[in-house]
Amino acid sequence: MLNELTLSQLTHTLARREASARDAMQACLDRIARVDGAVKAFLSYDAPDALAQADAADRAIAAGADFRRQPLLGVPIAVKDVLAVKDQPLNCASKILGNFRSPYDATVIEKLRAAGAIVFGRLNMDEFAMGSSTENSAFQTTRNPWDTSRIPGGSSGGSAAAVAAHECLASLGSDTGGSIRQPASLCGCVGLKPTYGRVSRYGLVAFASSLDQIGPFTKDVCDAATLLEVLSGVDPRDSTSVPQPVPHYAGALTGDIKGLKLGVPKEYMIPGIDPAVDAAVRAALRHFESLGAEIVEISLPHTDYAVATYYIVATAEASANLARFDGIRYGARVEGTDPVALYANTRGQGFGPEVKRRIILGTYVLSSGYYDAYYLRAQKVRTLIRRDFLQAFEKVDAIVTPTTPTPAFKIGEKSEDPLQMYLSDIFTISCNLAGIPGLSLPCGFTNPKLGTGNSKLPIGLQLLGQPFGEATLLNLAHTYEQTTAWHREKPKLNP
Amino acid sequence: MAAAAEFDVQYVAHLARLNLSETEQQKLGEQLRGILAYVEKLSEVDVSGVEPTAHAVPLTNVVRPDVAQPSLTNAEALRNAPAKANGLFIVPKIVE
Repeated sequence: MLNELTLSQLTHTLARREASARDAMQACLDRIARVDGAVKAFLSYDAPDALAQADAADRAIAAGADFRRQPLLGVPIAVKDVLAVKDQPLNCASKILGNFRSPYDATVIEKLRAAGAIVFGRLNMDEFAMGSSTENSAFQTTRNPWDTSRIPGGSSGGSAAAVAAHECLASLGSDTGGSIRQPASLCGCVGLKPTYGRVSRYGLVAFASSLDQIGPFTKDVCDAATLLEVLSGVDPRDSTSVPQPVPHYAGALTGDIKGLKLGVPKEYMIPGIDPAVDAAVRAALRHFESLGAEIVEISLPHTDYAVATYYIVATAEASANLARFDGIRYGARVEGTDPVALYANTRGQGFGPEVKRRIILGTYVLSSGYYDAYYLRAQKVRTLIRRDFLQAFEKVDAIVTPTTPTPAFKIGEKSEDPLQMYLSDIFTISCNLAGIPGLSLPCGFTNPKLGTGNSKLPIGLQLLGQPFGEATLLNLAHTYEQTTAWHREKPKLNP
Repeated sequence: MAAAAEFDVQYVAHLARLNLSETEQQKLGEQLRGILAYVEKLSEVDVSGVEPTAHAVPLTNVVRPDVAQPSLTNAEALRNAPAKANGLFIVPKIVE
């Protein structure tokens, strides 16, 4: 089954002419037709356009295209509904965008196309990337392929579920407080949030501009390295992209991590961590030791303030960014007697409850009289959180934590309690505040005979690195992965 | 830090140009008072002498030459407009 291959396995197959890109694309479309009724990862997809791109890739291969120059040639890659793909719908899983179609390609989409990828599909998400379960989508709740009564995580839940269910070879998501790493962890795939500034965000609908990054979901670490290399680089259309050379990330996967120092923050060993998660992470630490790494206890003293800091900074930025959805220039419109009434009617009907909650919170913390007490103070605490990490990286090469405190929870379990939902992001949020890279990879499963309602659910390990230290993270993750078997497990979807 | 009790949903919703039903106002008010009580914990932190972080990139004042470059055509810019005519967006009357 071509759709079950990794990205690098597929390109080798295509290069040897053992299958065509059309076969690969068709295998993904067949898989979607079979399982997406149960998984609900895709909001829509344009099959004729995807097959036409596959045919173009096959012609390029027949004409002798070079896979070293086009490392994604003929590879079906699906995209979160927050990235602009020319002439395709763009809804951010919200009603407010109506029948919007993108007038241009995001920079990352241009880069995927230049590398030969087949870019297809609109993957479900929490509305405007606000949430941790995809339950905030205005259209559908995506299901976890390992147990369809559970959430896939969020906000990039569709991106994680589609890769885990082998509906595509890889996907793109965005991560503002864990929205790539948390769903990757809960669905058992690899998810990478690059350093802030590593990847251009031109064509990404902004949620919180000082935190957002685009990154890949893949079936193994080598594929994440290949995709990161394609996606990275400075872009004149995004002034926050950093002119830092792009290394050959796949070349950094040496399998040798002897002597590397891994920090374990004592503040992350909190009560409330699921025993299965705790055991899997401790076993992973012992495994790293057996591979020659050194485990060091470190301290990140301001950890306890990260969630509060995040929910002030992120909502403040969101309230400003989402002001553009006003019913004037694009999207849905609800009429009003004057422009202000039109804005308020359009936004009142177009946004869902979580987006409204965050716009109100963000507007409040920026409003006159409260700015210093909330927003400015949060920005100062952010400095202390970032400083904690930079000081830790003077002693260690990377930091290891659980990605999430618990495995995937049940649909509906936390949707009525926003604060509990926010606290499920406790291990992923600091990384965005500090602007550093983070990666989640599978490190075990819950035992279906114990707890978790007889489900075998993936557990994720998070690796955090120095700014622009992705190569080290990828090598650590790859070395761990290639000496364990977790990434080879597949969910049993039998709809 | 400001007391969460002062939080007036209706006023903030007006600032955000966001119509909320009475049920929404009540529910949001309750939830946000809870969240504001939680974020009060930031007042424990000693931030004296600490500079705020607006973003984590080591860049300032990124500029490009002031030269016109191709951008969306009029038709492309209007393609997704909810109401348009004569190459323009239609909006409710602003000036009497």
